[in-house]
Amino acid sequence: MSAIEIAAAVRAGERSAVEVLDEYLARIAERDGEIHAFNLVTSDEARAQAEAVDAAVAAGDDPGALAGVPLALKDNMCTRGIPTTCSSKILDGWRPPYDATVVNRLREAGAVAVGKTNLDEFAMGSSTENSAFGPTHNPLDTSRVPGGSSGGSAASIAADFAALAIGSDTGGSIRQPAAFCGVVGMKPTYGAVSRYGLIAFASSLDQIGPFAANVADAAALFDIIAGHDPLDSTSIADFRPDASASLDRGVDGLRVGVVRELSGGEGSVEGLSPDVIARTNEAVAALEAAGATIEEISVPSSTLGLSAYYLVAPAEASSNLARYDGVRYGMRVDAPTTGEMNTASRTAGFGPEVKRRIMLGTYALSAGYYDAFYGKALKVRTMMMREFAAAYEKVDVLISPTAPTTAFPLGERTADPMTMYVNDVCTIPSNLTGHPAISVPFGLGDDGMPVGVQVLAPALGDDLTFQVAAVLEAAGGAR
Amino acid sequence: MTDFFADAATEATPIEPTLPDGWELIVGLEVHVELDTATKLFCGCANQFGSEPNTNVCPTCLGLPGSLPVMNERAVHMAMTLGRALGCEVNRSVMARKNYFYPDMPKDFQTTQYDQPTNSDGRMVLNDGFVVGIERAHIEEDTGKSTHVGGGGRINDALYSLVDYNRAGVPLVEIVSRPDIRTIDHAKAYVEELRGILLATGVSDARMEEGSMRVDANVSVRSHGSGELRTRCEIKNINSVRSLGRAIEFEAQRHIDLWTNGDAPNQETRHWDEEGGRTRSGRSKEDADDYRYFQEPDLVPLEPSADTIAAIDAALPPLPSARRAALSETTGADAATIGILVERGQDALALAAIADGAEAEKVVTRLVNDLAVDDWSKVTAPAFAALISMESTGDLSATQAKQILGDLAEKGGDPAAHAAARGFEAMDTDELETLVDRLIADHPDEWSRFSSGDDGDKKKMQGFFTGQIMKATQGQADGKAVAQLLSQKSS
Repeated sequence: MSAIEIAAAVRAGERSAVEVLDEYLARIAERDGEIHAFNLVTSDEARAQAEAVDAAVAAGDDPGALAGVPLALKDNMCTRGIPTTCSSKILDGWRPPYDATVVNRLREAGAVAVGKTNLDEFAMGSSTENSAFGPTHNPLDTSRVPGGSSGGSAASIAADFAALAIGSDTGGSIRQPAAFCGVVGMKPTYGAVSRYGLIAFASSLDQIGPFAANVADAAALFDIIAGHDPLDSTSIADFRPDASASLDRGVDGLRVGVVRELSGGEGSVEGLSPDVIARTNEAVAALEAAGATIEEISVPSSTLGLSAYYLVAPAEASSNLARYDGVRYGMRVDAPTTGEMNTASRTAGFGPEVKRRIMLGTYALSAGYYDAFYGKALKVRTMMMREFAAAYEKVDVLISPTAPTTAFPLGERTADPMTMYVNDVCTIPSNLTGHPAISVPFGLGDDGMPVGVQVLAPALGDDLTFQVAAVLEAAGGAR
Repeated sequence: MTDFFADAATEATPIEPTLPDGWELIVGLEVHVELDTATKLFCGCANQFGSEPNTNVCPTCLGLPGSLPVMNERAVHMAMTLGRALGCEVNRSVMARKNYFYPDMPKDFQTTQYDQPTNSDGRMVLNDGFVVGIERAHIEEDTGKSTHVGGGGRINDALYSLVDYNRAGVPLVEIVSRPDIRTIDHAKAYVEELRGILLATGVSDARMEEGSMRVDANVSVRSHGSGELRTRCEIKNINSVRSLGRAIEFEAQRHIDLWTNGDAPNQETRHWDEEGGRTRSGRSKEDADDYRYFQEPDLVPLEPSADTIAAIDAALPPLPSARRAALSETTGADAATIGILVERGQDALALAAIADGAEAEKVVTRLVNDLAVDDWSKVTAPAFAALISMESTGDLSATQAKQILGDLAEKGGDPAAHAAARGFEAMDTDELETLVDRLIADHPDEWSRFSSGDDGDKKKMQGFFTGQIMKATQGQADGKAVAQLLSQKSS
């Protein structure tokens, strides 16, 4: 049953939210020991919310558009009174005194949050192996990673532990795990969804977005969470997307560009797997068959995205993660002086990837290195925005693979950070430009694992990404 | 804690220490001012001094994970108002992060401005006309407040430390002067002038005892007229205008001694030790901070429209320098007197009374000498003008006029009514002459010393007779009329 069908049934009084919840909790109980999608299953809170939804239905009140839909929240979204860990030891014992804006919106919409999902520590990673609480396994093949950093959320959809899930995407952390797990994942325009209550990794890149098993469910979730929030100064004031309404518009006459540098064309980034390129080409052919015009587009700076990203994101992270100092909350390791206590707490509380990125970012911002590293990365970012703006004068949307490969085996890439970082090569440009992009499953790789195809659109083109994704889904992309 | 300004007014003749021959003092001042907003810079918590510790706090000003700042528009408006009052350009500006670890800073970075400040390139005209350039006046957040308990009482040797985050996120403007100041008097005058501007614009209550105004001094010396800028030291922990003078004087001499001995000062932060009367090295050099500034990604640029700036300009109140100029032009009084009246805020009263026909010189004299009271709000301009006119026409003596001014300050009302109530009526000339004649008859020796003595005797005896007459009339006689009578009778 899709999320939309669950909500319709609950709203109509045909199914109770509690009954739906029990069904999902039973599945979690049965299989999450093997998958480890969740850091925490919030059964009691979920039951209370489901009962409130059922009571509203019984009273004839509007229980909300997502009434009774089981929802998984990435564990970097603040939930009042419920541990929020970022899969890090450093937040040990901390319970936020407030809810993230998305959490509030979803509760008001009647969704039932069933738990907090695993992630790479502070969302830094592409496989969910950097979690302090152990990796999440891909439900389609438990010997493989689910992708990351929102691997728990993607897995929760793939395993049907939840009908909808929330992730965050800083360099591909929604889209890449969606591709690996054969589900739909979308990164909205920067500022479309409030970041208030999302624990920051890289503030200028972070964006919350939806996961679902199909495009229509993802669109329904996006429509609830998008919209202005005065608590987030970077939230867009007058943007009221309606993705659900755009799903049946088709692509007839739409101008579709294939990004040469991200799709195995001339001057392309390396490491793209032939089967992934083949599925992407098939997706393009499907769009053409549906009436779109196709053009190859060159965005040369997209090959520099990875380098720019791994300066900008760690630089911001080095500052955002400074507050975990053992003084006010979370882990504290006592030591004779304040400075030594800071160091001891951070040494014990952060995992190796987080430390690596704090070091990278600190270095990139340091006096004497700023211009050569952080400053240059900002220039690449500006150049990339210009080139994408030019591309969107010729075409309406762009297509590329979501990730260079299908889901890889657990442990395969943990030894060499660079082999992990290249996973983000196709997804990073949208974060640097702030543009929306969606990953939709389109066929399988040679290993039988799903391939994700990415649809990119200009800023505020969120609805358009869903519109194109719906056509790809109908053309045979579903898992 | 002492009031920063408590001793300023009483220092009527500050001693200007002179540097040894051939040396010139170079001072730039950095003044942190807390804006008098209702709420903090990035959240809705009260901006309030003196609350119970950690009661004016929320996720944002505690820097809790996931929280985000939202700019206080009122604070921005106040900062821009201050900028315009200081003659600054108001620019498109951005916030930046200044990264360093400190327990009373919840995010372990301070949200401030770096290379794109809100206000830049202004100037301040001091009481004596000296102009100090203003480099910038930028917006930033305050930190919390640490109390180190036990042990050595400092962060790294205390038994424990307590942190109060009520102050964290309170809006500040940091006003950075150019290194234009060459004398200690001008350094002090700069701070006093700035306080006047802050009060006039209503941007801050500028209370040093509550830490709403904090002054750091950058001090260096050079050989006179050389044009070079030598190593400077930043002096912190200065808590009064008087200490500012002492700290600069000490530091300048320390630098001169070092240079004279072939050494050089280290560029460093030093702390003023009030009791020891000296500056002490603050941080060691190897701790030299690299703040890794970068643009604050959680906030958007501040881009005031031309209309906004025009509206701020139109709403600016008259500033101390303009008020001094107006009062000086109307009264011709000396700069020190003008400075006092404007600082007290009595310039408007003076100008109104003069416009009502009161004699300017008497207006200034009465105000500066006889209205040095905290509350003079009951003195209206027409009443004050009438009082001065009564004094000018001789209807009231100087002494009577002072007393009635006191009555006006205390009770308000009309000077004629107070004069009548006190039984002050102008003594007519005949009555006064009778009294003078009687005194001459009673004191023949004194009279002969007055009428035929030398200038010294004459002066002394004039004082004697005037005093006797005032005593006899209980101060109601007009001193001028008495002098005139005495002079007539002796010729």
